[in-house]
Amino acid sequence: MVDKLNDDIGEEKRLQLWEMMLKLRLVEKKAYDLFLQNLIKGTSHLALGQEAIAGAFGVALKQGDYTFCTYRGHAHTLARGSSIEGVLGELMGRQCGLMKGKGGSMHLTDVDKGVMGSYAIIGAHLTIANGTALASKYNKTNEVSVCFFGDGTTNIGAFHEALNMAKIWNLPIVFVCENNLYMEYTPIHEVTAVEHPAADRAGAYDLDKIIVDGNDADEMLRTAEKAISKAREGKGPSLIEAKTYRHSGHSRADPGKYRPDEEVKDWMENKDPIKNYRAKLLDFNINEKIISEIEEKIKDQVEKATEISMASPIPEIKEIYTDVWANGGSEWHN
Amino acid sequence: MAQLTYRASVSLAIAQSMRKDQKVFFIGEDVGAAGGVFKATVGLLEEFGKERVMDAPISEQAILGAAMGAAMTGLRPIAEIMFSDFLAVCWDIVANQIAKTRYMSDGQINIPLVIRTANGGGSKFGAQHSQSLENWSMMIPGLKVVAPSCPSDVLGLMDSAVKDPDPVIFYEHKSLYAFKEEIEQTDISIPIGEANTLHEGKDITIIGLALMAQRAKEAALILKDKHDINAKVIDLRSLVPLDLQTIKKSVIETGHVLTVEENPRLCGWGAEISSLISEHCFKNLKGPVTRVTTPHVPLPSADILEDNTIPSVELIVNEVIKKLKGE
Repeated sequence: MVDKLNDDIGEEKRLQLWEMMLKLRLVEKKAYDLFLQNLIKGTSHLALGQEAIAGAFGVALKQGDYTFCTYRGHAHTLARGSSIEGVLGELMGRQCGLMKGKGGSMHLTDVDKGVMGSYAIIGAHLTIANGTALASKYNKTNEVSVCFFGDGTTNIGAFHEALNMAKIWNLPIVFVCENNLYMEYTPIHEVTAVEHPAADRAGAYDLDKIIVDGNDADEMLRTAEKAISKAREGKGPSLIEAKTYRHSGHSRADPGKYRPDEEVKDWMENKDPIKNYRAKLLDFNINEKIISEIEEKIKDQVEKATEISMASPIPEIKEIYTDVWANGGSEWHN
Repeated sequence: MAQLTYRASVSLAIAQSMRKDQKVFFIGEDVGAAGGVFKATVGLLEEFGKERVMDAPISEQAILGAAMGAAMTGLRPIAEIMFSDFLAVCWDIVANQIAKTRYMSDGQINIPLVIRTANGGGSKFGAQHSQSLENWSMMIPGLKVVAPSCPSDVLGLMDSAVKDPDPVIFYEHKSLYAFKEEIEQTDISIPIGEANTLHEGKDITIIGLALMAQRAKEAALILKDKHDINAKVIDLRSLVPLDLQTIKKSVIETGHVLTVEENPRLCGWGAEISSLISEHCFKNLKGPVTRVTTPHVPLPSADILEDNTIPSVELIVNEVIKKLKGE
């Protein structure tokens, strides 16, 4: 049973988290539908099932903070307040997309919201996130940088270079490993020397070992808030390992058949962050009508954004030649 | 008027940029307390302190990643990669991240940073500390590529590179660090994308970069004194953007072209120049464009082997004579 008397989170923030997670879930589902209708080309990596992590940080972060995510970054982008049509439009290659079709699903960027990019080469963005954190320290401002990545990232060199640099320079940054148990198609434990791919490496960089149930939205929020506060107070970096599970395959091309049926069923039925959080809201005596109204509101927002995206024009061909350089063009000789 | 080495001009150029703009900081391995392994950054830590001159671990990806992230917020980092050969270990950050982020973000993000690096042979360091890698970076949209051949160009081009809103890779030639020049004014600016004429002539156009531009100039002096050949020597100074107009103007006058590159032949920058000349000046050409390059081999270490791999003044002279006099 929940401890209603000692509730450190409160109804307002819980509903905010509920709305956030639901938005991430329903937009991803819509993205999947649009794929099936062939309205989204290329590839796409859905974060279905992992919403509590991006959602909790979305609630915990302030405007002006910087976030960096991976090619599985639709949720993390939406969690900073980017518009749904900006995300879906980009996936569909429309002018209303965040980057007007120049980047696509794997590179969602929305600087006005602090979304400093989605990165499709494993590991790189941990080093780049150090840079925005370094800038905050250099400028003596108090933004926090947060960098999301998967379990597979812990085995590439950039991960280790970035953690070491963040620690020696005491940077205001939070590294968040979303351990969904699979490095693409391979179980992470089969290719990693330690049990907890991120947390077991923390000690090597004099960081605390932090493991959290990434599907428990409340726990995730507490963990996020603590690490963000630490960074904002100038007390240095954190490395969080959040255990989670993706409901779909690695990418559009992957049905995820390498995972045991029982395992998938257990995560889908018993550990779904959205389903469990809804039950928790009821346990906290939050009126079901309020919960349902939020559901209806988000469904409506997603449908409207889909309509806007579908009605938005495709980019003009001349866009190919724009914005290589800061002068807006692409010329390389006089 | 003071005599300045190429080496001293590097630290002076960085210092001048840092004095002018608080947003400029400098990061690299052994750059601060040690003053750089080539002693090209001596005095910077003492003048600007640890907050602006950062000694980094041997983590090239982390160095360039941090520089990129800082640049994304509007700071103007100068990052050092000790030897250009080490770019291979952080090429993802350069080629995939720094070069492409502006385009992929639809112009939301500018990356105003400078990567300076010691490039080129002549030091008998062997195949992994001697390469000339300008062509690696010129083929990637989104990177500007600069390679100064003398102290005044270091000063003027560094000033422009730091102020440039786009990423610039600044290739300093190791064999030029001791090169001296009389300099009247140190706080100068030279636009990136303007070639420089090192020697005037109307018989043949010789196009070079960095050390090869200086060797081409020496060759031109010999050709004039001993062979009555007047060669125009164009120092490109930057490959991207490229000063095609200066090349065209000279080729129209001379009809003969020789490019001198320090890199192996395949896909060297001279191939692109040659292609542009055939496209733009075909009717003016009196013969094929000749490319002088290193052979398609890794650079060997021993004196006699390295010296005979990198194009020498003598080789340039001989190639020009062969071309013009058929000898």
